[in-house]
Amino acid sequence: MPSMPDHDVAREWLATMTLIRRFEERAGEMYARARVGGFLHLSIGEEATIVGSARALRDSDYLISTYRSHGHALVRGTPPENVMAELFGRVDGCSKGRGGSMHMFDLSRRFMGGYGIVGGNLPIAAGIALASDLRGTDEVTLCTFGDGASNQGTFGETLNLAALWKLPIVFMVTNNQFGMGTALGRHSAVTDLQRKGESLGVPGMRCDGMDVLDTHAVLTEAVRRVREERQPVLVEAVTYRFRGHSMADPEQYRTKEEVARWRARDPIPAFGELLLRQEVIDKEELARIDGDALARVDAAVAFAEASPFPAPESLYDDVYVLGDQVWGSYSVRTTSALAAAAGPPEQNGADEIPQQITTALQAGEDA
Amino acid sequence: MAQMRYREALNMALREELSRDERVVLLGEDIGVFGGAFKVTEGLLEEFGESRIRDTPISENTIVGMGVGAAMTGLRPVVELMTINFALLAFDQIVNHAAHIHYMFGGQARVPLVVRMPQGAGHQLGPTHSHCLEALFLHVPGLLVAVPSTAADAKGLLKTAIRDENPVIFIEHESLYGVRGEVPEQADHLVGFGRARTAREGSDVTIVGVSRMALTAERAAETLANEHSVSAEVIDPRTLRPLDLDTILASVSKTNRCVVVEEGWPHGGVGANLAALISEQAFDDLDAPVKRVTGADVPMPYSKPLEDLAYPHEPQIVHAALEILGLNESVAGAP
Repeated sequence: MPSMPDHDVAREWLATMTLIRRFEERAGEMYARARVGGFLHLSIGEEATIVGSARALRDSDYLISTYRSHGHALVRGTPPENVMAELFGRVDGCSKGRGGSMHMFDLSRRFMGGYGIVGGNLPIAAGIALASDLRGTDEVTLCTFGDGASNQGTFGETLNLAALWKLPIVFMVTNNQFGMGTALGRHSAVTDLQRKGESLGVPGMRCDGMDVLDTHAVLTEAVRRVREERQPVLVEAVTYRFRGHSMADPEQYRTKEEVARWRARDPIPAFGELLLRQEVIDKEELARIDGDALARVDAAVAFAEASPFPAPESLYDDVYVLGDQVWGSYSVRTTSALAAAAGPPEQNGADEIPQQITTALQAGEDA
Repeated sequence: MAQMRYREALNMALREELSRDERVVLLGEDIGVFGGAFKVTEGLLEEFGESRIRDTPISENTIVGMGVGAAMTGLRPVVELMTINFALLAFDQIVNHAAHIHYMFGGQARVPLVVRMPQGAGHQLGPTHSHCLEALFLHVPGLLVAVPSTAADAKGLLKTAIRDENPVIFIEHESLYGVRGEVPEQADHLVGFGRARTAREGSDVTIVGVSRMALTAERAAETLANEHSVSAEVIDPRTLRPLDLDTILASVSKTNRCVVVEEGWPHGGVGANLAALISEQAFDDLDAPVKRVTGADVPMPYSKPLEDLAYPHEPQIVHAALEILGLNESVAGAP
């Protein structure tokens, strides 16, 4: 049994897990009310995995995640207001409304993003770790992905390369028992996922992803090894996704009894009760933590509602980084009925004219 | 200026940029000890060491993805894919990640990544090793696409690509590596993106040649002048994104006729794209529809006579030019 951290630390873990839970429950409600579009993948049930692992990192370490990444943004400190605004597709979203649920990002907090393609983030994590190494730092990258991603080609490719080049990465497979609706035993020949890196030179570890103390203890050791030995490690966090894969999931692939068994191990009440038993907090404080989370989520929804949609004329912003000298057309702007309906953003008649008239031409120089 | 081969000009660009900026690192299969499958990176391992010149396993998607991650966090990676054919294995990282990260994360992250690779048919390598896929990359917003045809442009464009803040797909050509040309030796020889090169001036017809086809188009223009008294203007766009449409439109307004030559397939190709842009923006300047000369709409066959039929050669360009000038009725209906 891992030891209890400082009481303030323990309270913060409980508060952050609670915030993630309340945030996602509200996000689900907002989805049902059509305030949120696209897909919404909730990590309800996986909060101990998220908080226990992220709290094993330093602020200067990197975290990179998947399309189920609301909690990863929140645990890194991205304000819930900006995460909710992203779900609402608003300009104050953490990705300015360009990414949505699957593509959260916060460079300033070294949360290197949610990625919509299963397994797509592993090679990127290796590149981040390579840059850390070449810059001569002792930064570590924590790369999380699901059990389903362990079957992608990038899993084998990246683990091999990371071991070969001794890259400082903790690979954490969040084994929530399903790749979408296909159970672990039906999608992976090896179900002991921590062993899946052995043939690639990446040693494995396992933690109880329903227990924030165990997750934190195992990840702390994994991060220490990676930081000091400059070699990757694969950690399997065993957890469970209480909700469906996305909001459009009838869950015909599992029984209510199975879900109930895992829900009985809900990591948030379990940790709350442990803190009560050990007199780290009292019942009033437990209630206050929950109330604070609910209030913060209320504020996030109000903020998102009040935030404007991105302006129509911003459609082409940030496709490219444009320097001082720009020649030629970067984007072909075709007539957009939507933009026209939203009103003329700029009266330049340039709908069918390349975006970038050369600065040289504008200055009357010979291009 | 010095005479050197296209591959040597690329090597010079890499050497200069590695010397200039310690953030530049090279990743690729057999680029170090082996010296590069086409010897573009020869000698760089010895000069810059294995921490910056990195031989990788055969894992294209991961190599490119590593370049993406490293670029997001401060390096200037140059990834070599042995040929463009293998880029198809890395399409997820190129399209979903390299191209879109700046946009989908609201402008927070930049991906100053160069992915170099050669394309091209003509070596009897059959369907999987002869692709010309510039149109696939051109299709994707977020990518820049460079297609140098001369040694000087190979050097100048590659240096610009490495210094650019965007992901650049840098498409070389297998048949050009050994071609010599005059190359400026100074380390500040940059060729800006989005500026076409007028390879030959003319007044009767504009011929736009992409990648190797710029050279083939120049030879065709010579034949048109010598044997048919036709004055052809040859334009090499040099980069397809950004595209110097102004230079092409200015030429078409002068010649009123345009032939686009590319090695890739016709459907959704560079020529299709240019023909659309020219018709949309300079319809009144045209005396004839834009004519395309493209690779045949088939997988590339191995057998030499068939392979030769399946990508453009000088006579097809000459015929196309004469046809839109109304000077060669005999080719009407020819393939």
